[in-house]
Amino acid sequence: MNRATPEGPTPSGVPPAQSGDALLLPKARTGIRGLDEVTDGGLPRGRPTLIAGAAGTGKTLLGLEFLVRGALEFGEPGVLIAFEETAADLVANVASLGFDLGRMQADGQLVIDSVRIDAAEIVEAGSYDLEGLFLRLGLAVEQVGAKRVVLDTIEVLFSALPNEAIVRGELTRLFRWLKDRGLTTIVTGEPGREQLTRHGTEEYVSDCVILLNHRVTEEISTRRLRILKYRGSTHGTNEYPFLINDRGIVVLPVTSLALDPGAPTERISTGVSRLDHMLGGGVYRGTTVLVSGTSGAGKTTLAAQMAAAACARGEHALFVSFEESPAKLVRNMASVGIDLQRWVDAGLLTVWATPPTAYGLESHLASLATLIEEQVPRVVVLDAVTGLLHVGVSAQVTMAVIREIAALKARGITAVLTTLIGAGGGAATGLVVSSLVDTWLLVRNVETNGEYNRLLFVRKSRGSAHSNQVREFVLTNRGVELLDVYVGPEGVLTGKARIAREAADRATARDRAQAVSRSRRKLREHAAQVEAQVTQLRGQLADETAKVEQMKAELAREDAALAGDRVEMAQHGWADSAPAPTAPTEGEG
Amino acid sequence: MSAPRPNEPPGPAGQAVDPADRTDTPGTAPSGGVIELRLYVAGQTAACVRAVDNLNRLCEEHLAGQYRVELIDLTENPAQARGDEIIAVPTLVRKFPPPLRRIIGDLSNTDRVLAELRLRSDDRTSP
Repeated sequence: MNRATPEGPTPSGVPPAQSGDALLLPKARTGIRGLDEVTDGGLPRGRPTLIAGAAGTGKTLLGLEFLVRGALEFGEPGVLIAFEETAADLVANVASLGFDLGRMQADGQLVIDSVRIDAAEIVEAGSYDLEGLFLRLGLAVEQVGAKRVVLDTIEVLFSALPNEAIVRGELTRLFRWLKDRGLTTIVTGEPGREQLTRHGTEEYVSDCVILLNHRVTEEISTRRLRILKYRGSTHGTNEYPFLINDRGIVVLPVTSLALDPGAPTERISTGVSRLDHMLGGGVYRGTTVLVSGTSGAGKTTLAAQMAAAACARGEHALFVSFEESPAKLVRNMASVGIDLQRWVDAGLLTVWATPPTAYGLESHLASLATLIEEQVPRVVVLDAVTGLLHVGVSAQVTMAVIREIAALKARGITAVLTTLIGAGGGAATGLVVSSLVDTWLLVRNVETNGEYNRLLFVRKSRGSAHSNQVREFVLTNRGVELLDVYVGPEGVLTGKARIAREAADRATARDRAQAVSRSRRKLREHAAQVEAQVTQLRGQLADETAKVEQMKAELAREDAALAGDRVEMAQHGWADSAPAPTAPTEGEG
Repeated sequence: MSAPRPNEPPGPAGQAVDPADRTDTPGTAPSGGVIELRLYVAGQTAACVRAVDNLNRLCEEHLAGQYRVELIDLTENPAQARGDEIIAVPTLVRKFPPPLRRIIGDLSNTDRVLAELRLRSDDRTSP
């Protein structure tokens, strides 16, 4: 195994010792977003890597970014030997990406040596070698203590110099020279007719070969990257879309393997309290919610409500609309009582709308990744991911969405995806991601009695006890509300039928209530009657008592009178002398 | 074949090399002055040593008194390789008369070297 040798021109920063993990291939991170992930850590350290691709596929830029990031982010200065472009052109070409090559050269982080070979000037007269090139390279490497080298495009040597045998021999020597010095090298090459590169550069590079291409499929242009070979390392084998944006190259997925959000137990509200209840208290933070439904079923509204709920908690939310402009979305949501403008004004909500046909798929996803990186939202809504089918073929979009879900999960961002499904309820779009989502809400339009009503099911909710009930989903001017559907002997009733049924039930109930109150009234009346009778009888009783008293008084009076008469009669008859003044015995009469 | 170049004062410079046009008359001096040559070598490698020997012999035999040679050892001054656009070693550069020519190799192919060095001179003397 060839490694950096201490006797190389740059004694500092020798690759990590292999004592511990003897089998672990040391790697040099490129710093290019996404590339370190698909290469499982970067390019083979101290060895050459071939980047093969046709003109305009981004080889030179990839090489340059490798050097720039190496110097700026990993403290590894670099050397670019440019065979095709002048240093001035290169500096100008990448200035728009924020790479200040002029300054990096001044700061001793980078050397650009552009080798101009004009075949018309050169005549061969005898054997030669490329010691001049070696000396230049050695000088440049020494100048900045370079750890990284890019040779772009070394195959120019074949066309510019006569005697291919000499060039081949010298290339073999060059790659050995680079390895001996532990220089992590990128060589670029253009594809040949029957081999990877026009002049078979791959023969010299046995460790890592990366292919770039730029294809137009169904009128959509996509740059792609594939790792053809990476000796001694695991790596992604797919073709990965990549793009060149204002910050350089982005290879998708841009997930960072280092991020592990764990399994949060925090639940967050969907903004619809009854839905939260159906889900056992909301959705887990950092999970993915899929809202699928037929056209006009209310997917966007439900998603908007979730975004608004996040903002209401003071969290940043990103609403990506592939269907509506931000202004229209805000207006439409306002009509159902969801005030998005308020959150936009508060700086908590970003509505990013892009017509799906404006860019290619990979460009969309990369812009999205950039946006997520910049905004760091806690909730992201993608409405509707099926919109991406306009820019990519189904399999690609499915892959892209799967990667997006993984990327969002890795960052602990709660994702809300909406998808359009056919009237039959199946995945009519061919976009099958439901197995990857944690919560799946299905919103369906049901036609009964000449009206369309919306029904919401919780099809799936990982890690939660969730309701098996169907709810009627109503858009009110206060947002989404869920109503109990009428489940009775006639089946599930919704809308007008439910209302009618409920009215009938109410009528029955009213009748019964009336009957009760009638009886109650009767009872009350009867009680009153009884009360009246009691009063009357009490009156009679009182009267009779009074009468008795009166009779007793009269009787007493009569007795007294009778006694008086008797005395008077005795006095009158002189029958008795001095009659005793005894009162007549009361009650005797 | 050759077209006058107004920005080159000494007169129209020759273009393509066709060995058939070559005159074998040695010592034909270019009207504009001596031929200025620079030989880039890298240390004492076999090819470099041969190149120096070959050039010395060739010039003395064919271009006596009409040339000036500067010998540059790039191992002593590698920066010069960058400045003068040298990658192959040895390289013989004809700096004057224009246009610039680079002859790479150990100069063992005498005919070709002479053709490169003199044909332009001949063109210049017979416009």
